[in-house]
Amino acid sequence: MADEAFLRISNIVKDFDGHRAVDHVSLDIAKGEVFALLGSSGCGKTTLLRMLAGFETPTSGAITLDGRDLADLPPYARPMNMMFQSYALFPHLSVFDNIAFGLRRDKVARAEVESRVAAMLKLVQLEPFAKRKPHQLSGGQQQRVALARSLAKKPQVLLLDEPLGALDKKLREETQIELSRIVDDVGVTCVLVTHDQEEAMTMASRIAVMSEGRFLQVGAPAEIYETPASRFVADFIGNVNLMDGTLVEVGADHAVVDCGDVRHRVGQGVDGARGTQVAVALRPEKIKLRRDALTSPATPEAGVNRAHGKITEVAYFGSFTVYHLQMASGRVVKVSQSNAERQPGTPLNRGDSAWASWTDLSQVVLTQ
Amino acid sequence: MKAHARRGRFAVIAVPYAWLLVFFLLPFLVVARISVSEMDATTIRDIVTWKDGAIAVHAKLANYLLLVQDDLYLRTYVSSLVYAAVTTLLCLVIGYPFAYFMARSRASLQPALLMLVMLPFWTSFLLRVYAWKALLTERGLAAEAIEAIGLDRALAALGLIPGPGQLMNTPFSLVLGMTYTYLPFMILPLYSNLAKMDLRLLEAAADLGASAWTAFWKVTVPLSRAGIIAGAMLVFIPCVGEYVIPELLGGPQTQMIGRTLWDEFFSNNDWPMACAVAVTMVLLVIVPLAVFSRYQAEAAERAA
Repeated sequence: MADEAFLRISNIVKDFDGHRAVDHVSLDIAKGEVFALLGSSGCGKTTLLRMLAGFETPTSGAITLDGRDLADLPPYARPMNMMFQSYALFPHLSVFDNIAFGLRRDKVARAEVESRVAAMLKLVQLEPFAKRKPHQLSGGQQQRVALARSLAKKPQVLLLDEPLGALDKKLREETQIELSRIVDDVGVTCVLVTHDQEEAMTMASRIAVMSEGRFLQVGAPAEIYETPASRFVADFIGNVNLMDGTLVEVGADHAVVDCGDVRHRVGQGVDGARGTQVAVALRPEKIKLRRDALTSPATPEAGVNRAHGKITEVAYFGSFTVYHLQMASGRVVKVSQSNAERQPGTPLNRGDSAWASWTDLSQVVLTQ
Repeated sequence: MKAHARRGRFAVIAVPYAWLLVFFLLPFLVVARISVSEMDATTIRDIVTWKDGAIAVHAKLANYLLLVQDDLYLRTYVSSLVYAAVTTLLCLVIGYPFAYFMARSRASLQPALLMLVMLPFWTSFLLRVYAWKALLTERGLAAEAIEAIGLDRALAALGLIPGPGQLMNTPFSLVLGMTYTYLPFMILPLYSNLAKMDLRLLEAAADLGASAWTAFWKVTVPLSRAGIIAGAMLVFIPCVGEYVIPELLGGPQTQMIGRTLWDEFFSNNDWPMACAVAVTMVLLVIVPLAVFSRYQAEAAERAA
């Protein structure tokens, strides 16, 4: 195994009363990395994070930090700090005392506590609020206090439990960027738990998609989005058209999948013999929608990588519009078109007949 | 509709206030009036008289003067406050861990534990205090147990009982009885406060390096302050004026204001004096509480 692993999770299992929350999970996280555990609620991501923090004991398996086994270390002795979901700020203490709490437990000298807290307040831009109580702050400010508190002790690993979950959408986007900046500035190794894929993708350098206690795929955000390893991952991350079909042609540099009313020509090799049942994943934004049946120049073979149907739904999102194109079989292809121009010539409306087409590098063929 | 709702709200607030007005404030004023009145053999004279076109106000303050001058009253007040304070402290020391573990026990177990705390209320308070009399007399069950572990010698050494084996009618039996009686009043507000606490705050404290013990003192105790104050008031205030327990379990050493009050009313038949004692007692309890709650309100306002 690589020596660069800073935080290593080896074969961790956690059972709760006969229910397996985390199922044989292994992971190496490098120093300075921002790693996201992404999954819907109940997938085991929070349990895994709590085992890192020491609030839960693994049923089996080991966690090591910089080569040191953490099994015997109680939460208060671990060189990790956690930013809790909805923050868990101490309501009876001021912002200053909240941030100083951890330092005081370590018997840090008074002057040092003051300078360290001042530095933290500066980092999160809350200097004027040092004397306020948490309930006198807005949600975004509380979030920053929680971050400052968890960074005050200079932890080797920062654990973030749904760091933006309690904020409304607008504030979340701003805070996401701000949080990324601070984490980068400090250069701390981060493990982040979230159910929000945007949060995971914008903040993390690597993501693990979790379901039912297992990792389904681990990789960089773009890798997970563009080359999902399974139907579940393709479906979980972003929007996707999943079409079931049969491999009818397998070549070294291409493959053809017959999905009934759509025939896919894929411009890359595929694992699997002819006749294998597969699914083709096609992201809505990789599809072009037209009134006429132009063949895409990247599609030499006629009759492939296109679909014809009637528009049944038009949803306008501002920067893009989502269309539902219903094919003859009744199945629907979702198409997302960017609204690059303010006034398109003749907009497509509900009830219009249209053609969808895509290039042969747009799809991913999934065998599981 | 709106006016209707407002009238309804007014009525809801007005009823308890009217109750307090009729059954607390008016009687208190009556008592206060008697405390400054002269008394003939059996009748209480009016304070204000109207005679020959002149209003004469005749308020006798001698009773209050006597309260200050006669150190029997002063000592009784002080010892009432001391016994009430000691009882409150004991209730807190015993009740806090009790309430804490109750609030932290399994959710399915909590209603049963709560029921056990309230169970004593199902028998008369008087009976339960009488029971202690039987338990603490010579050869009583509790007395024998205390003697068996040698606790009575320790109590005697501390001067809380006159000598080994003499447990009844001592400061010890009095405080024991009051602590026993008032313990639920401490536990209940503490429990409701501790049960509401966000346990993630303890995890946050542990995560930041606090041991369980430190987290308790730095997080749990400060956050349960409101419960501690409520419990302490519910124990302290009735203890100061307690009459039945000192009468049944106390002794010559444990003079408390409730008994003095009784003596003035029914042994000496000196109603004005008794009323002066009562008024002073109420003021003694209410004034510090009012100051305290005002300070609390100001602190809350400053925080907001």
